[in-house]
Amino acid sequence: GLDFDLQILFETRKNQNYKGHGLPKGKEREQRASIRFKTTLMNTLMDVLHHRPGWVEVKDEGEWDFYWCDVSWLRENFDHTYMDEHVRISHFRNHYELTRKNYMVKNLKRFRKQLEREAGKLEAAKCDFFPKTFEMPCEYHLFVEEFRKNPGITWIMKPVARSQGKGIFLFRRLKDIMDWKKDTRSSDDQKDDIPVENYVAQRYIENPYLIGGRKFDLRVYVLVMSYMPLRAWLYRDGFARFSNTRFTLNSIDDQYVHLTNVAVQKMSPDYHPKKGCKWMLQRFRQYLASKHGPEAVETLFSDMDNIFIRSLQSVQKVIISDKHCFELYGYDILIDQDFKPWLLEVNASPSLTASSQEDYELKTCLLEDTLHVVDMEARLTGREKRVGGFDLMWNDGPVSREDGAHDLSGMGNFVTNTHLGCVNDRKKQLRQLFRSLQGQKKTSN
Amino acid sequence: MLQEESDLALIIAQIVQKLKGSNLYAQLERQAWASLQRPEIKLESLKEDIKEFFKISGWEKKLQNAVYSELSVFPLPSHPAAPPEHLKEPLVYMRKAQGSWEKRILKSLNSMCTELSIPLARKRPVGEQKELLNKWNEMGTDEPDLSLFRPVYAPKDFLEVLINLRNPNYENGDSHSFRTHLGLIQVPLKVKDIPELKEFFVELGLTAGQLGVDDSTQVPPELFENEHVRIGQKVLSEQDSAAAQQYIRQGSPTALRAELWALILNISSQPEDILYYEQLKTNVIQHDLLVDSLIYKDVKLTASNDDYYFVFEDYLYQVLLCFSRDTSVLGHFAYSSASPPKSYIRGKLGLEEYAVFYPPNGVIPFHGFSMYVAPLCFLYHEPSKLYQIFREMYVRFFFRLHSISSHPSGIVSLCLLFETLLQTYLPQLFYHLREIGAQPLRISFKWMVRAFSGYLATDQLLLLWDRILGYNSLEILAVLAAAVFAFRAVNLMEVTSLAAAEAVLADLSTLKVMPLLQIFLFATVT
Repeated sequence: GLDFDLQILFETRKNQNYKGHGLPKGKEREQRASIRFKTTLMNTLMDVLHHRPGWVEVKDEGEWDFYWCDVSWLRENFDHTYMDEHVRISHFRNHYELTRKNYMVKNLKRFRKQLEREAGKLEAAKCDFFPKTFEMPCEYHLFVEEFRKNPGITWIMKPVARSQGKGIFLFRRLKDIMDWKKDTRSSDDQKDDIPVENYVAQRYIENPYLIGGRKFDLRVYVLVMSYMPLRAWLYRDGFARFSNTRFTLNSIDDQYVHLTNVAVQKMSPDYHPKKGCKWMLQRFRQYLASKHGPEAVETLFSDMDNIFIRSLQSVQKVIISDKHCFELYGYDILIDQDFKPWLLEVNASPSLTASSQEDYELKTCLLEDTLHVVDMEARLTGREKRVGGFDLMWNDGPVSREDGAHDLSGMGNFVTNTHLGCVNDRKKQLRQLFRSLQGQKKTSN
Repeated sequence: MLQEESDLALIIAQIVQKLKGSNLYAQLERQAWASLQRPEIKLESLKEDIKEFFKISGWEKKLQNAVYSELSVFPLPSHPAAPPEHLKEPLVYMRKAQGSWEKRILKSLNSMCTELSIPLARKRPVGEQKELLNKWNEMGTDEPDLSLFRPVYAPKDFLEVLINLRNPNYENGDSHSFRTHLGLIQVPLKVKDIPELKEFFVELGLTAGQLGVDDSTQVPPELFENEHVRIGQKVLSEQDSAAAQQYIRQGSPTALRAELWALILNISSQPEDILYYEQLKTNVIQHDLLVDSLIYKDVKLTASNDDYYFVFEDYLYQVLLCFSRDTSVLGHFAYSSASPPKSYIRGKLGLEEYAVFYPPNGVIPFHGFSMYVAPLCFLYHEPSKLYQIFREMYVRFFFRLHSISSHPSGIVSLCLLFETLLQTYLPQLFYHLREIGAQPLRISFKWMVRAFSGYLATDQLLLLWDRILGYNSLEILAVLAAAVFAFRAVNLMEVTSLAAAEAVLADLSTLKVMPLLQIFLFATVT
């Protein structure tokens, strides 16, 4: 407990202008006797909510203080739901600006242009973490131009709004999409009232970094508490999801090879449920460090921080930053053989179902810590830089590490207060945190 | 004095003999010839100048490392007149026990062979060879029908044999005293006690820095870690095996481990080594062995099901299939109590001219064997290097974990060491477990046989194996096993059955080995 008090003292002395992370200043926040929650999800979230002391579930039409909703409810009801000041809901109204692939591309392109105007080409190049993407069908001609410039490379066609790997296919010839266009159009003729589904064509990353000959992607969790100003937390744990089969470009029809979504892998004939095909990020980070050395790993992880922050910045002005909203995103990152991280997509509703015991632990701890940061119980001071497994990554500006960050990459990348894949001694930290908060409350009363 | 000198002369002669046949000798000769061109080499002082040249160019260091390697691996001859069996195993009853165990294994293998009517070895048809070559990097995708194959033996079968080991010359009478050994192993071998272990493992003491303890997040790196890393880099740049072995007793930094282990094991990937590996690969492609199916089955049952090692499945096949065909492994039987199983060409049973070792490397895999290789995949990614490292680890250490011998690092001594430590320093726990029918060795045996692979978290396992290399001994496995029991003693005192005891000790993945070892060795009141 004592060490945490010293830390707070140190911080305030070091930086008198240190901004809190979003809690209303001045007036004391209400402490509620019990918190009424509502959710439709029936997985780890339900367990976490039920176990939280003082939280009770409301059913049907009862009034709630906290709602972990799904996006369809949000779409239909958010605009005509009144929420008291203290109420919290788990999505931003127009999150799709970040999570739908076509919108995200548009926003990122626009942000990049702006950066180039304001800060030059080098700065703008830091936004080049998204493979070249074209919206279909409206950017079809731009796509064809790019396609012709790079003959022989592989492209991937993805529906903008579907998840779990559905509807995705790879192609190398224009003929393949001509055929597909014909197929979709003919089926639409029969059902005129159903709109054409939007797709994006994206450059397929042909040289992914492989471990044991297998392709994998990383799932990372980012919690955004507000967009204006931008306040984002990064969770230390996450995992690498492996494809069950060995990577080769010869079989682009075998979607089991190329898509690492666990949902797709579960259908693969090779899939054995015991395997799980996931590595915790700590293991992944250690593996890379023993192979490439700690400096290379630091650079890679700081490049990933760059992805999280810039992607959020690109939609900062577009997303309606309602103070009731927070959102837990699941970022999918792919590393290529040159150790460059690529953003595949951002999920607004990352799966909270557990695929194994280890996965269950990860997700329950993730959700518990999310609720700690949301802080319905009004316990936090607002000046914390770490809550359990979450590190405050961006607080209307970069958040520095305690020991005085030095820029390893020398490229002006953000060296933020992040510890992705590092030791997550969250229980200990939470104990210390809450003990000291209790102490402070006592002294202030 | 004279005796020591002649002993030394004998050792030198043996090492020179061994190294004369090695690649290093040929290289040194070549270098010496080439150095004659150099201006600093003068005819009058030829010998000194060449020696000086070797020192400066680093070749002397390489020779030193090779000599050091030989010393570490080969036991020193006790007497010039000692017969070769004594080098393998000095005690007759141990030799006999190993011999009959081997007979049993071979019988089991042969009967599986006849039952399934599969030959021990066959040449692959050309089509099959091509297919295998194409699939070489992804043999794990193959799903052959292995349901009829059983592992030749599992660790618990081996434990039963060890339990029944008796020294016919030893009679300890029927009366029980406080000296009576309460454990399962009933042979009188000398094992170290805690004072001796403290001396042996002095670098693990509380006053010395350790990786695995003093590199945790709370400890500022300036206190130990930074300096230790710096020394590690210096050791690597000097390329000194002996220094590396001393250094690694305090643990190896993650980034330096692969190189350090290679230096200690004296492995450098020469073109000849890569060629040798490719030759082995060709052998695999051309011939199919029955043991291949055993290897497949083992990998599928153990490593593939492991949460972390499943990724390396393909590497395991690439290493183990080649390993079983590597006749250079036969060399280790000179100092192992085991002997390679002999088999006869069909129809020529008993005729020595038609005898072959089977498998070619003389090592029949058992259930869990692939776990010796799995952790190494974390460090080495190039198949021939990974192969060399594994092979060297096997012929230096792992073979002792499944052969019956009196060697202090042999599995029998480790079991006895474990039981003695427990009985001496945790007598209440030992007695309680024995009373409820949960002899501690029944639980810890599988950990030691596998050198804890698959039981500890990988980073912890690597820290443990650092110390195996550093001390050139497997005794630390027994000490760790005892330390684990000591750590969970409170829970174990409350159990009332073997199954419950197994449950308490089922999950070791959260354990931190170095603090456990330190507390057990240096912080427990003895």
